Amino acid sequence: MNWLLVVPIILPFATAAATLGLKNHLRLQQQVSFFGAAIHSVAAMVLLYTISTQGILVMQAGNWPAPFGITLAADHLSGIMTLVTAVLGLATIIYSRADLAASMLESGFHPLMQILIGGVCGAFLTGDLFNLYVWFEVMLMASFGLLVLGQEKMQFDGGVKYVMLNLFSTLLFITGIGLLYGITGTLNMADLHQAVRTVPDKGLLMAVAAIFMTAFGIKAGLFPLFFWLPVSYHTPPATVSAILAGLLTKVGVYALIRMFTLVFIFDVAWTHGVLMVMAVLTMVIGVLGAAAGNDFRRILSFHIISQVGYMVLGLALFTPLALTGAIFYLMHHMIVKANLFLISGAARKAGGSFALADLGDLYKNNGWLALLFFIPAFSLAGFPPLSGFWAKMLIIKASLESQAWGSAAAAVVVGLLTVYSMTKIWGEAFWKPRPANARGLSAEAAAAAPLDRALLIPIAALAAITVFIGLIPGPFIALAEKAAFELTHPEIYVRAVLGPLP
Amino acid sequence: MEILLSLLCGTLTAAAVFLMLSGNLIRFIFGLVVATNAVNLIIFIAGGISQARPPLIPEGESLPIPPVANALPQALILTAIVIGFALLSFIFILFYRTYERLGTVETEAMRVSEPADLYQAPHAKNVADMADTGTTPANTANTANKITSGEKS
Repeated sequence: MNWLLVVPIILPFATAAATLGLKNHLRLQQQVSFFGAAIHSVAAMVLLYTISTQGILVMQAGNWPAPFGITLAADHLSGIMTLVTAVLGLATIIYSRADLAASMLESGFHPLMQILIGGVCGAFLTGDLFNLYVWFEVMLMASFGLLVLGQEKMQFDGGVKYVMLNLFSTLLFITGIGLLYGITGTLNMADLHQAVRTVPDKGLLMAVAAIFMTAFGIKAGLFPLFFWLPVSYHTPPATVSAILAGLLTKVGVYALIRMFTLVFIFDVAWTHGVLMVMAVLTMVIGVLGAAAGNDFRRILSFHIISQVGYMVLGLALFTPLALTGAIFYLMHHMIVKANLFLISGAARKAGGSFALADLGDLYKNNGWLALLFFIPAFSLAGFPPLSGFWAKMLIIKASLESQAWGSAAAAVVVGLLTVYSMTKIWGEAFWKPRPANARGLSAEAAAAAPLDRALLIPIAALAAITVFIGLIPGPFIALAEKAAFELTHPEIYVRAVLGPLP
Repeated sequence: MEILLSLLCGTLTAAAVFLMLSGNLIRFIFGLVVATNAVNLIIFIAGGISQARPPLIPEGESLPIPPVANALPQALILTAIVIGFALLSFIFILFYRTYERLGTVETEAMRVSEPADLYQAPHAKNVADMADTGTTPANTANTANKITSGEKS
């Protein structure tokens, strides 16, 4: 039994229970939630450190041996994702203090938030396919609740569409699980890796792979399946959209990476070929949607889609370097994207609106915010020496090494178009003089509004992490390399879970 | 038997997809219920249908006597039913509140989040007012059924 693996899952649920009990004591609830998230971050750090020193950690729930019980398993990829999740959770919980109205805290922001974090960590740490489905549901339920917190008209509209498409995706997921169990007789991921090889009917298996690809593709926001994302992510309060943007699609990407490096690797040319086409189209369509946008958060939402394309491209190329790039991209992107959404909320507090047409003069009135926007925005676009540069460079280098000229060219062009829409936000919201008929705040209020420190601290901290990764990328790339090594050598994972092979 | 049940699954799925695509929230719920049951049936069939004994250990034995049925698909279905039921009750409430707030159950008429003129006239009419998600107390005070328990700040 390795209890370290359970802590990042149990802790958020314990905190959720505690915050639920404190719903009449909002200040105390906030503090409990903060301390829970802080301890969670420490636990995730200890977990990643232990993984990097001891290798893959495995826990068999209830001491049932591997293929029979539920397995929790954490390799480098799981460890990295858990740590980033914990950090984002902490940042958004600090931010929520200044962003959310009391009524939203009363309707249960903190319990939902903690359950979301717990569900996401569970999804990252499980080694059992059905258990992964359960964590997906936990996470979805919490995100449904968070999305309509505040009960504005627009949130219901976005929420309904989000719920519909995501429920359809979980239906596909569970169908895939049922069929895969029927074919192989097991749901343990390590056991599946072995069982899939002995299945004679590869055509049937390919159909199941396509079902999983569609199900996770909807979650990840891949090209023909992403429509739930831009309709919903700009509707909730900034705190909520930041944590959703940082975590949810990336759980889909994680699940794709896990399944398509461990289980569905019997016909890489076909499965990963499809993924490559989807990835490139996702990159291009996403960035074009962003270029057409005129709302701060809608532009950012489309950029999530376009950036997910890069990560899936790394998976599709399926070389050690490409997977390193994909994992490094995940690390960098989750932090940068959540941060940009946090900044959009701060910009709304300072300028009164999310619409670029109503914003302006933020550079003049809030110089620090402008600087803090500059870092993640240009990291997202891939400017050296920020973290996004290394992430993009790894992916493009891997494309060139695999002689995938088309996807390399797409990656470069999409990077340039990302710069275009980031400079658009910069020009409209930060540089342009504030229009006289701007709605939201009066001109005097916009000029005088000082931003709450609780808004700026998490933004500054995440920006600092971005700069740190950018200036000293070595250890992070090494970490991603280790994770990619484990992914390209699935026998390590299998041996860790099932014990020494006969 | 398998073929018959598979055909039933296919019919249920087709009906569910038809209902889900019809652009009406109420029909979507019906479609979802049908689809959930179709999926549960798929798990059941995929797990293998046999006329074996239930997996119970008779008195005085330490292992069940084969052939016994595989209990795992049933356990999976049970979990899926429970989760599906929770989601369904959430959806009922969400859709009802949506109907209360937006006054329609037709998805085509729901254009609050992505208005039809979203990309046409960026300066004339923007989404700022609707993007205002009520982070100020004044806004949330308007929302119906506001949860009023607890202290106010």
